[in-house]
Amino acid sequence: MEFGFTTAAYVVAAVLFILSLGGLSGQESAKRAVWYGIVGMALAAFATLIGPGQGLWALSLILIAAGGLVGYQLASKVGMTQMPELVAGMHALVGLAAVFVGFNAHFEMVRVSEMDGAAKAALEGFAALIAKKPFVELSILRVELVLGIFIGAVTFTGSVIAYGKLAGKVSSAATKLPGGHALNAGAAIISLLGLLAYLNSGEMLPLAVMTLMALFIGYHLIMGIGGADMPVVVSMLNSYSGWAAAAIGFSLGNDLLIVVGALVGSSGAILSYIMCKAMNRSFVSVILGGFGGESGPQMKVDGEQIAIEADGVASALNDADSVVIIPGYGMAVAQAQQAVSELTKRLIAKGKTVRFAIHPVAGRLPGHMNVLLAEAKVPYDIVLEMDEINDDFTQTDVAIVIGSNDIVNPAAQDDPNSPIAGMPVLECWKSKQVFVSKRGQGTGYSGIENPLFFKENTRMFYGDAKQSLDKLLSIID
Amino acid sequence: MKIGTPKEASSGEARVAMTPESALALQKLGHECLVEAGAGKAAGFPDARYKEVGVTIVKTPAALWKASDIIAKVRPPNDTEAKRLTEGKTLISLFYPLQNEDQMAKIADQGASVIAMDMVPRISRAQKMDALSSMANIAGYRAVIEAGNNFGRFFTGQITAAGKVPPAKVLVVGAGVAGLAAIGTATSLGAITYAFDVRPEVAEQIESMGAEFVFLDFEENQQDGASTGGYAAPSSPEFREKQLEKFRTLAPDIDIVITTALIPGRDAPKLWLADMVALMKPGSVVVDLAAERGGNCDLTVADEKIVSPNGVTVVGYTDFPSRMAAQSSTLYSTNIRHMMSDLTPEKDGQVNHNMEDDVIRGSTVTHQGAITFPPPPPKVQAIAAKPKEKQKEKTRAELQAEEMAAFKQQTKNQVSLLVIGGALTLGLGLIAPVSFMQHFIVFVLSVFVGFQVIWNVSHSLHTPLMAVTNAISSIIILGALMQIGSGSYLVVILAAASVFMAGINIFGGFMVTRRMLAMFQKS
Repeated sequence: MEFGFTTAAYVVAAVLFILSLGGLSGQESAKRAVWYGIVGMALAAFATLIGPGQGLWALSLILIAAGGLVGYQLASKVGMTQMPELVAGMHALVGLAAVFVGFNAHFEMVRVSEMDGAAKAALEGFAALIAKKPFVELSILRVELVLGIFIGAVTFTGSVIAYGKLAGKVSSAATKLPGGHALNAGAAIISLLGLLAYLNSGEMLPLAVMTLMALFIGYHLIMGIGGADMPVVVSMLNSYSGWAAAAIGFSLGNDLLIVVGALVGSSGAILSYIMCKAMNRSFVSVILGGFGGESGPQMKVDGEQIAIEADGVASALNDADSVVIIPGYGMAVAQAQQAVSELTKRLIAKGKTVRFAIHPVAGRLPGHMNVLLAEAKVPYDIVLEMDEINDDFTQTDVAIVIGSNDIVNPAAQDDPNSPIAGMPVLECWKSKQVFVSKRGQGTGYSGIENPLFFKENTRMFYGDAKQSLDKLLSIID
Repeated sequence: MKIGTPKEASSGEARVAMTPESALALQKLGHECLVEAGAGKAAGFPDARYKEVGVTIVKTPAALWKASDIIAKVRPPNDTEAKRLTEGKTLISLFYPLQNEDQMAKIADQGASVIAMDMVPRISRAQKMDALSSMANIAGYRAVIEAGNNFGRFFTGQITAAGKVPPAKVLVVGAGVAGLAAIGTATSLGAITYAFDVRPEVAEQIESMGAEFVFLDFEENQQDGASTGGYAAPSSPEFREKQLEKFRTLAPDIDIVITTALIPGRDAPKLWLADMVALMKPGSVVVDLAAERGGNCDLTVADEKIVSPNGVTVVGYTDFPSRMAAQSSTLYSTNIRHMMSDLTPEKDGQVNHNMEDDVIRGSTVTHQGAITFPPPPPKVQAIAAKPKEKQKEKTRAELQAEEMAAFKQQTKNQVSLLVIGGALTLGLGLIAPVSFMQHFIVFVLSVFVGFQVIWNVSHSLHTPLMAVTNAISSIIILGALMQIGSGSYLVVILAAASVFMAGINIFGGFMVTRRMLAMFQKS
């Protein structure tokens, strides 16, 4: 049975999806682009329902509606600071769905292979597709299926762990089971053996073993990656969920799945690449966890951290003409974005130039800071990227660092032995004065001493970011 | 401790080292404040104001010097005053130890301590006590005002009904604190301002104040201001020649010249020679802020205003800060107050003369009967950033060659990628069946499209991008929908679960993306 209409609908949907991603190049066109995505998805689901998926109409619709309701509830309640968790959690769902669909394909295959010719001819839907396949295609189908399940399973456990870390339910430190990467390698080899065995026998057991191994790899891989590398992890999982969908698309012979899977996969891959580049680290070293080998002792930092109180910051801000604010994960943790926005508004009202400098890996998700600032109604045209603003620090009177650490660490440029040497950083120390809002004297996530805090023009504004800013707001009027 | 401020002994000095405001702050540090009757009168602070804030008024200088443990004043002490510095007393004032060596030895013999406000080291932490800077700032401002007073025209250019007024042209020589203040004042009055300095690193500061840096085309290993504590050092004869030549070409056009060039420990360099004055238009003004040290201009007479034969006024006053006594007293007393708060770290009224502290050590010239001048170099050395090796400007040819090389490299990479990719695809095509290859083509093209599209996504929209890709990756729902109708119960259950989860994802993903995007607002 051919579904000409379905195929046509798929083509339209694919075009809509591409437009939807392409539209994200600008804030205004993005608002339109989401609708392309929604229409594309609706069209694809509708075409599938009336076409190849016409088995249990009512059940499908009810389930979609129920899922939609849950999704709607989740999406309307979630706070913008919890975006990373939400995204990670949703990746887990896609991964699990891919695993289920993969297993279903296996069951169908087994069922169909047990039938005789007459029964095969009477089949409908997906089973009919399988029935027509010759032996070679069946083996290819098995490879695709294993790939889909494997990637799906890694995505599932990986995302669950990533969710746990981001939500603070699992310790965000990098932890590994004894054996470290040898365990991962072992699990990968067993999966490969499982794949070979499955190719030969087509039985359930090797498939199940392989799946368990994949689940373990996902768990262990992400456990070994620390909090600061989360932007890479989340975008990597995003990529995986796409590749899983594409692999499933191959095994089901569904082009739309392949197209969308490939789009999502390459999108995630590019995001991971951008994040890695922003940290000057290779993708492999992020995935293998921890920082790379050190080539020598780190430079010693001389001097002392000089603390300052709110009134000192306020008077400096009153005198300043241009201010640059550098937010980091600490701002998200302290939920200080509203206070930051209020401060910005007041300073702008006084005729000062206020801008934001966003490092690509600030926060726990690519673009996390932008979303938080947007939520607090900071206009996006004063929120600039690192490359746009780095040269302007020399003409800046006051730079305020709120809860970021490694992304403003001058050691990345000055100290060739620093673990983050060569990472592009925001050169805020070139401005006339720097205030660092920070909870205490400790080092940041990576445990690297930050010479910025000891510089002559740096003052430490200790305390919880939100409380500090509220204090500041009460003085500035 | 008791801090006392006498009336300045030298006639014509209007400043005072303690204002009612600074006295309040000093009392907060736990000190007791005394002031000689009439000390602040010339600066506009009558005795009554001091009394209001709890300062004791002492009638005679002798009584004041006797009663105080710490004496804060402006000018270096005269001989009578120096004699009054008995053992255990501390004097805080401008002191100029290099010119006052005899007196310094005498005071050291008497066992008194002297903190010279002019010797405060030039490090960032000590800026709040840098009296030289705060006084220079006032001098720079006042120099422009003084020049305007003697200049018969507007600073700013105007076109009025009564005719066109050209703007005044001001040249500031020496862009230290005084020079920069003069530049700022002159530009804000509307003059066209030029500035010159031997230290090339101040060009940026000059331009930031709104003046044009007079560029001297001279190849020399120019000294770096950071090595001399931020001050200028003497320049070579060749450099000087070049500099004078430049001034000569400028002189006919310039209406007002303000010279501020000083080299620590030397007489002021002669930079504005008699022939340059002769070249200037009648009615022009030269204000020489270096008059006290001999002057930068040949014609300068210290403390006087003279008019040259061709009608150029040369102002050689040396008391610019004192001419603005209210302002300079406020700033100077604040400098002193900061010095005191560093000397009283516990805020308990007890002075801790900590000779380990860079700032206190650097400014103390006599202590406990010994001369402690000159101080060792400060431990913290941070004035100007080390000059970065300037990158050589690349020539056009080099740039082109680089571009070519980059282009070639790019081509090479692209071609080799294409060859490898193509070979792999062909190899796959040899073994894989046609139906697979059809899907494979779709896959490769989609990856390609994906890469092209995603690179354009704006950086700030990465989170919405992830949410959208998340939503559309639940396209996996299609697989589940296809399976839900065909097969055993197990298949139905698993497929149903998948449909449900994908449903959550689709709605959740799109919803949250829309929420996020709605928040992005233009200002």
